[in-house]
Amino acid sequence: MSTRTAVEARSVTKRFGPTIALNSAGIAIAEGETHALVGRNGAGKSTLVSILTGLQRPDEGEVLFGGEPAPPLPDRDAWRRRVACVYQKSTIIPTLTVAENLFLNRQSEGGPIRWGALRARARQLLEQYGVAVDAEALAGDLGVEQRQLVEIARALSFGARFIILDEPTAQLDGPAIERLFDRMRALREQGVTMMFISHHLDEVYEICQSVTVFRDARHVVTSTVADLPQDELVAAMTGEATAAFQARARKTGGADTAPVLSVRGLGLADRYHDIDLTVRPGEIVGLAGSGSSGKVSLAESLVGLRKADTGTVAIKGKEVRQGDVPSALRAGLGFVPQDRHHEGFVSMLSIAENATLPIAHKLGRFGTVSPARRRERGAQMIADLDIKTTGPDQPVGDLSGGNAQKVVMARALSDDPAVLVVINPTAGVDVKAKQSLLGAVEDAAERGAGAVLVSDEAEDLRICDRVLVMFHGRVVRDLPRGWTVQELVAVMEGIDHQ
Amino acid sequence: MTTQTATATTSGSRFRLGRFRDLTLVPVIIVLLVAGALVDPVFLTPSNLTNVLQQQSALALVVLAETLILIAGKFDLSLESTVGAAPALAVMLVIPVSAGGFGFGVPGVLAIPLCLLIGAALGAFNGFLILRFQLSAFVVTLAMLIVVRGLQLGFTGGSSLFELPESFLYLGSATFIGVPVAIWITAVLFLVGILTLRYFRHGRALYAIGGNADAARAAGVRVERVVWAVFIIGGILAALAGLLETGRLGGISANQGDGWIFMVFAAAVIGGVSMDGGKGTILGALTGVLVIGLVENILTLQGVPGEWKQLVYGAIILVALMISRVAGGKAQD
Repeated sequence: MSTRTAVEARSVTKRFGPTIALNSAGIAIAEGETHALVGRNGAGKSTLVSILTGLQRPDEGEVLFGGEPAPPLPDRDAWRRRVACVYQKSTIIPTLTVAENLFLNRQSEGGPIRWGALRARARQLLEQYGVAVDAEALAGDLGVEQRQLVEIARALSFGARFIILDEPTAQLDGPAIERLFDRMRALREQGVTMMFISHHLDEVYEICQSVTVFRDARHVVTSTVADLPQDELVAAMTGEATAAFQARARKTGGADTAPVLSVRGLGLADRYHDIDLTVRPGEIVGLAGSGSSGKVSLAESLVGLRKADTGTVAIKGKEVRQGDVPSALRAGLGFVPQDRHHEGFVSMLSIAENATLPIAHKLGRFGTVSPARRRERGAQMIADLDIKTTGPDQPVGDLSGGNAQKVVMARALSDDPAVLVVINPTAGVDVKAKQSLLGAVEDAAERGAGAVLVSDEAEDLRICDRVLVMFHGRVVRDLPRGWTVQELVAVMEGIDHQ
Repeated sequence: MTTQTATATTSGSRFRLGRFRDLTLVPVIIVLLVAGALVDPVFLTPSNLTNVLQQQSALALVVLAETLILIAGKFDLSLESTVGAAPALAVMLVIPVSAGGFGFGVPGVLAIPLCLLIGAALGAFNGFLILRFQLSAFVVTLAMLIVVRGLQLGFTGGSSLFELPESFLYLGSATFIGVPVAIWITAVLFLVGILTLRYFRHGRALYAIGGNADAARAAGVRVERVVWAVFIIGGILAALAGLLETGRLGGISANQGDGWIFMVFAAAVIGGVSMDGGKGTILGALTGVLVIGLVENILTLQGVPGEWKQLVYGAIILVALMISRVAGGKAQD
């Protein structure tokens, strides 16, 4: 591998009003390597991405591509020939076709657009990068993985040899991540330089050669991954030595205690079939499986976000009406939905208001809500879950991903639920937030609640007393504590069904 | 390992319903034509249909303007006031005080350019408030609807203008090859609109902006500039609509354009244009205009009293929405 520097940011400083997003931070990426950028939420990663892609101008410092100074900001085409980026937020326009998205704003070289030729070019481009997507499909109809592949193909089509992947794995399931990594390896063999951002440190070790850590808007360390073991990497990110997450030993109610959640013969066409599930007080049951296994649909049916076709769900022995969230909540259920932005919180309302929505009726009499009592509860939740905020009155929309997720968790826990259903609580949150979120689930179990935890991440499922593995809509295995990741993945992938 | 490769949707030859989404109102139009022919023999005569088109041409131009703005993900309620105020103010600059003008003695030939210029200026001002001040398009143009109508009422003293320059009446009243010029103008502008939005980058940019403005910006589209241009074009089209309406009626009443905006939105939305931006076509909007025009004509021929028309319009719009929802398959935005 050559040691030429493909891209470099030198002592870059960027301020947004009073907050410093980057404080004289820098990164240098050698040509042909896959370089990880890690850091907790708010470490300055996103700001660096927008500076490296020319969307924002640094207040101080400079950006170099192959030793040459970066082009002026308005020259978008010049930037795109040097750097391609697959942003965390999708830059696909859902109402347009894949073909048009690929050639957005360059559909023709002046003159009218020739749609036939455009589609042909699109198909050729998709083929070149081995993306099996119909060029004429509406981009909004694509799945996350396909959309991302289209974005990668588009990014590379400008001829850039350096590509930034900003949390590409956050919304993908295991097999899709593997396919993405295969693709990244193939690109690396072709000499493409990559910067990879992820909260999953195991991915960093799997796919990257070197890693740069940012913390509190500063550069902390750059090293090859081989020279930086995981505990040191975590220490660099958090600024303290933290042990890897340890699941606590808990006592669950025995087989004789009455179950808090019992599911009988639940089925939903094309999603899952014949699900029986019993959760006892103090028990945490994990649900694992690939993206098409039906685990999320099942969990959403438990809380009433989806309506099952057949079967029953009972909470504390009382049957709940299917597809009716309020009745599930009344029966003593709390939940953290998969998409916190859509179903998790109202971003303009304050933390206190969001977290107390389900218990608003308990905060005052005759339909009134006492602001003082709400604030008090909000403050207590902020303390319980260690939410980083200016106070209970701050709108949730202003919080970082991990802290917003804690508010959603606080809301789920606000009514002291008998059953807690949590779907992918740690998606896109950093190491420390992950610990407090999982810790909150364990706390709830210790208080006697039963919990169902759906997660794409094996490490999250460590807190579970047992993990049910789903495959194509059926529970195929019930793994007790002590499973290995290989074992879990093998069952999830359908290799090992006994 | 069971491989779940990214599912390849089958290739291009597949029948795509989406391509015909523009035309979901065509069955409705056919039903209306048949129904009209059945209830009144006059209905299908060329002179009656020409009449329908001429009556709708001004409204159609405002629908064209609103469709462009909606596709770009914005909103303009003030267009209906521009329909009245732009021609009224332009004419007042030209005609003498005795006819209700300002008496500035501006040459009569300038009346039409002035009218379009006022429309452009109003659109530019809307764009300025929305883009520079980052205000909500809905609220800004709601205020502008009132302000612009107020301008017209204030300057005209609430009275109609009848003594208009010859040139000003020409476009709305002349015919060309037996068809009113207003219809020609509208047809040509719709054609230009359809082609621009389908075959030109700047037209496609509207869809990109309305679909995902950040993505459009990242792709190098000058979002603010394009949106501003769309507001200005919208203002010009509304002014032109006012000009045609003035020519057709032979005068400018104080309430010209009043209440149009509801019909405009109805036509655009039943024609498949999304209120959320990024979706819809001008051809679709045109079918929306035709539906409304045909309904209006049938009601008139049937001698339905004016007081009941409103109710019937509303009901028809709801039915058309339901039909296009069922035919189009997707939830209405």
